[in-house]
Amino acid sequence: MVTPTTQPQSPRPAKMSDSENTDFQSSVRSSSEHTLRTADEMRDAAIKVSVSSLNFWYGDHQALFDISLDIPECCVTALIGPSGCGKSTFLRCINRMNDMVESARVDGEILIDGQDIRASRVDVVNLRKRVGMVFQKSNPFPKSIFENVAYGPRVAGVRSQAVLLEIVEKSLRQAALWEEVCDRLDESALRLSGGQQQRLCIARALATDPDVLLMDEPASALDPTSTSRIEDLIFELKERYTIAIVTHNMQQAARVSDQTAFFYEGELVEAGPTNTLFTNPTKQKTEDYITGRFG
Amino acid sequence: MSRFREYLNTPEAERFQRRGQLFSKLFSFACAAATITCVLLLLVLVGAVLWQGFARVDWQFVTGLNEGSKWDKTGIFVELMGSLWLIGLTAIIAVPLGVGAALYLEEYAPPSRWRTIIQVNIANLAGVPSIVYGILGLALFVRFMMMGRSVIAGALTLSLVVLPIVILAAQEALRAVPGSIRQASYALGATRWQTTWHQVLPAALPGIMTGVILAISRALGEAAPLVAVGGVGYASAAPQGLLDVFSAMPLRIFFWAQLPNEEAHELAAAAIIVLLAVLVLMNVGAVWVRYRSSKKIKW
Repeated sequence: MVTPTTQPQSPRPAKMSDSENTDFQSSVRSSSEHTLRTADEMRDAAIKVSVSSLNFWYGDHQALFDISLDIPECCVTALIGPSGCGKSTFLRCINRMNDMVESARVDGEILIDGQDIRASRVDVVNLRKRVGMVFQKSNPFPKSIFENVAYGPRVAGVRSQAVLLEIVEKSLRQAALWEEVCDRLDESALRLSGGQQQRLCIARALATDPDVLLMDEPASALDPTSTSRIEDLIFELKERYTIAIVTHNMQQAARVSDQTAFFYEGELVEAGPTNTLFTNPTKQKTEDYITGRFG
Repeated sequence: MSRFREYLNTPEAERFQRRGQLFSKLFSFACAAATITCVLLLLVLVGAVLWQGFARVDWQFVTGLNEGSKWDKTGIFVELMGSLWLIGLTAIIAVPLGVGAALYLEEYAPPSRWRTIIQVNIANLAGVPSIVYGILGLALFVRFMMMGRSVIAGALTLSLVVLPIVILAAQEALRAVPGSIRQASYALGATRWQTTWHQVLPAALPGIMTGVILAISRALGEAAPLVAVGGVGYASAAPQGLLDVFSAMPLRIFFWAQLPNEEAHELAAAAIIVLLAVLVLMNVGAVWVRYRSSKKIKW
């Protein structure tokens, strides 16, 4: 039953339970196609998101200190670090979700395609359509599967049912969920399994065709099978989207990301190509963290 | 052997355990007794009313006009219509106002000292005796705004009575909507209005409906504020417009209950039965609306 799929860069073979076996095989892409970007490719990639001297405060508490980081286009950038180090806060600055936090204060520059997203003329509603987000805990709306995916285009004013259907199908296909749900789009999204719900949330984020996809520990609440499907998905999505992913799981960062940034206590300790950072970190702190000496 | 295990083997420990078990049993009995007492009281109350008034409830009673002391011919049509006018108008006035206020307080207002003060005041207003609202309604609507002793003045006064209930219930329902749903909506580029309209309100609707029904039931049963704003115990016709004189079921019940005649007491009981029937119908309606809306939102 179980066909072991060899993943060259994966230190962990994909585990699966019997019940989810067939489910898993039907949608798994041949993982051997997955490749991380080489250092040369990374250098040549255009800079999609450029953050410089970013400081962030929650009231009097400073959560981010002078962060500067470039996120290259069509690459996966992993943000790692112990809990409370500011990586999620950093991620939420990129689509300005922190605007809604009372007493939050930001200082610094965030450019997407060279455009300052913090400028007053930038409409935050449009920004969030260009910068999609997937949350740690899957949070589908208590509506049908169709309505969940169609929500982004709908609030942007798309009325035509035909157009919506096309968008929903395409997004669900991109999220590798179409085959499983195509005959029950009207069913409640909350009837889906945890892993399916998270892929639905990814499909929902893709429906507005964003340039950048932010993922805040998208697999931390999932079982290993669902996790590896999400990781496969990330590999495919990065061909089109620029992805920034927060993860607590070092193996996951090593498996899926092209660039890794290590945060510690609100500071960006080190950032670089994932292979380099994991095999040859320049800072002692990074080495301690990735070898599991703390965190 | 650990100190704890040693202790467990002493007679003292055994006594303690036995006492604990006994207390646990007693406590569960006490709680059950409290429940039974409440249910019995309610049954006795309803039973007494049914016993006294059921014989007098018939179509003639519901659709008949007030015939004074001709006990067998008199009816409560005027009062029933008055009450329906009142709760209908009250719902139209109080529900949008109350839900709107709750939405502002929960979704829009930034946390500030003012919001806290308003919040505390609303909670207190829910506990203010309704006669106080009656006096306010008399001064404000009847006299100052010159509405006279009209059904609209009555409905506005009842709206004052039930507004805090609607606001508090709606706030509770809105607060129960998970924040993750709002976050997801904002992250997809929805505005605050779109998030509220498409996600928060539908999810909160069943809870809001519960509050609305509570409020309307309260309005249906209120007599004191209506006495203050000039609702009469004896109106000759049902209201035809907003400025007409009105009576209401509780006023009629009060009027009958005051009389010394046994027949009048039976009629009061019969009117209470009709009032309860209206309440039950409204609750059925609420359950239906809740069922419909919970089918639409697919939890």
